[in-house]
Amino acid sequence: MSTVAAPGPSKMALAVAPWVFTVGFFLVWEAICRIFKVSSFVLPPPSAVAVAMWEYRGPLAFHSAHTLWMTLAGFGIAVVAGILLGVALGASRLVHAGSYPLLVAFNAIPKVAVVPILVIWFGVGWMPAVLTAFLISFFPIVVNVATGLATIEPEVEDVMRALGASKLDIIAKVGIPRSMPYFFGSLKVAITLAYVGSVIAEYNASNYGIGNLMARASADFNVPLLFAALVALGILGVIIYAAMAVLERRTTGWAQRSNFAA
Amino acid sequence: MVPFVSLTGVTHAYGGTGAPAVDGMTIAVGEGEFAAIVGPSGCGKSTVMKLATGLQFPQAGVVTVAGARVGAPVKISGMAFQNPTLLPWRTTLDNLLLPLEIVQPHRGRLRRHRDEYVARAEALLEQVGLKGMGNKFPWQLSGGMQQRASLCRALIHEPQLLMLDEPFGALDAFTREELWCVIRDLHAARKVTVILVTHDLREAVFLADRVFCMSARPGRIIAEREIGLPRPRDLEVTYTPEFSDIVHELRGHIAHARSAA
Ligand SMILES: Nc1ncnc2c1ncn2[C@@H]1O[C@H](COP(=O)(O)OP(=O)(O)OP(=O)(O)O)[C@@H](O)[C@H]1O
Ligand SMILES: [Mg+2]
Repeated sequence: MSTVAAPGPSKMALAVAPWVFTVGFFLVWEAICRIFKVSSFVLPPPSAVAVAMWEYRGPLAFHSAHTLWMTLAGFGIAVVAGILLGVALGASRLVHAGSYPLLVAFNAIPKVAVVPILVIWFGVGWMPAVLTAFLISFFPIVVNVATGLATIEPEVEDVMRALGASKLDIIAKVGIPRSMPYFFGSLKVAITLAYVGSVIAEYNASNYGIGNLMARASADFNVPLLFAALVALGILGVIIYAAMAVLERRTTGWAQRSNFAA
Repeated sequence: MVPFVSLTGVTHAYGGTGAPAVDGMTIAVGEGEFAAIVGPSGCGKSTVMKLATGLQFPQAGVVTVAGARVGAPVKISGMAFQNPTLLPWRTTLDNLLLPLEIVQPHRGRLRRHRDEYVARAEALLEQVGLKGMGNKFPWQLSGGMQQRASLCRALIHEPQLLMLDEPFGALDAFTREELWCVIRDLHAARKVTVILVTHDLREAVFLADRVFCMSARPGRIIAEREIGLPRPRDLEVTYTPEFSDIVHELRGHIAHARSAA
């Protein structure tokens, strides 16, 4: 006869769930491969992928590190450019109105199509990878920083202006701090995009990196290595995403005070 | 009386076109006076506040504050609104210090004399019953506590003009009356000029020296009532027949303004 709502999942369950789901995913994959006797050329089972990962651990680690480096470099540029452009867009209606269509159009271009141009300009090497990572990841940062600035509550603005605050004061004291949760939220998206960008560029125009390793593995029909590289990509992706999530929580705790998602 | 704040024949339409929010508005408030503005919702009370502080500029008429024509945001005012508008990433104390980071001469002195200013902020917090709450974030305070902090922020730089736009609207009756007394005492202690916008006629009569009634949109002053009740006023005064008579009279003006709309 209790009217109390059923309690949600326990902390313990929430902590264990990701591991259980991940292990379950690989078990199902393994089972499908075995039951249907899937050829290793089409879909190697996780056990074979694990063997390949161990076998190629040296090259995998080396190329992962290279990809990570390209990603972080491109991401770093994207953060700086994204903040500058985002502040400009958020602070000026004119800049916003003028540049938005261009930005959207630019963002809509598949970056794979840009890689050949970058190769013509800079040759095969690290430049196309870093630049692709940058180009693909700066848009969400711009949009989010601009949104944070453009949505300052008019009353807060009135309080500031009535004190004689300049536009710059308002941006520095209100606009930028209040856009920080948007900014850090966008970093999670941006860094994964940057990562995709550098892998795409490496695949097409590099002698190093996981992308390049995959290009060579697929040319050799080395399917287990291909999958091993994919798993390595996935693991690295989770790590950089988690790093951004931790950073977000550390810096903008004030914005996450609701219990909504508890 | 030389008015401290005056609007003369002021007409203002947002965006410069369309039906004006206030039309031919004339109002004068003396230095150190406590004025209250009451009127139907949407009649332009907040607009008057914005005009008087230089946040909006009228299409016609003249606004002067402290003897000078208003052509930019006046820097001698403090404002508080119906919602507290504290910045959630700053502690309550840092929220209070915000005006000092903007207004001269404090702006230039704040870094070197921080302790002195912190002491001033803490004294203010104590005055409104928020002693020791400075290191809490605004969202850790109740609505009434946030409103008190917002009042402190409006006062910290010792403005000559205090603009209150329905600052107690969202509070329960007890907290509201408590804050009435806080404002009453602050006004008595500092001789600051106060303009209070409110929906609550009892609030207006209890606090103000003069109450202005506005018509429905476009807003104009339709009645002006001197409140002769002796100061200092105690909350008990709100239960006297004299008090009720004034409230009743003002109610008549508002009802008339509403029906004329
Ligand atoms: N920023 C704005 N842009 C355009 N019109 C506005 C703006 N602010 C107010 N108005 C209009 O001006 C009129 C007066 O608004 P104002 O906010 O001054 O009313 P008010 O008397 O403060 O009302 P309330 O008591 O409900 O707060 C309203 O009809 C409103 O539609
Ligand atoms: Mg209003």
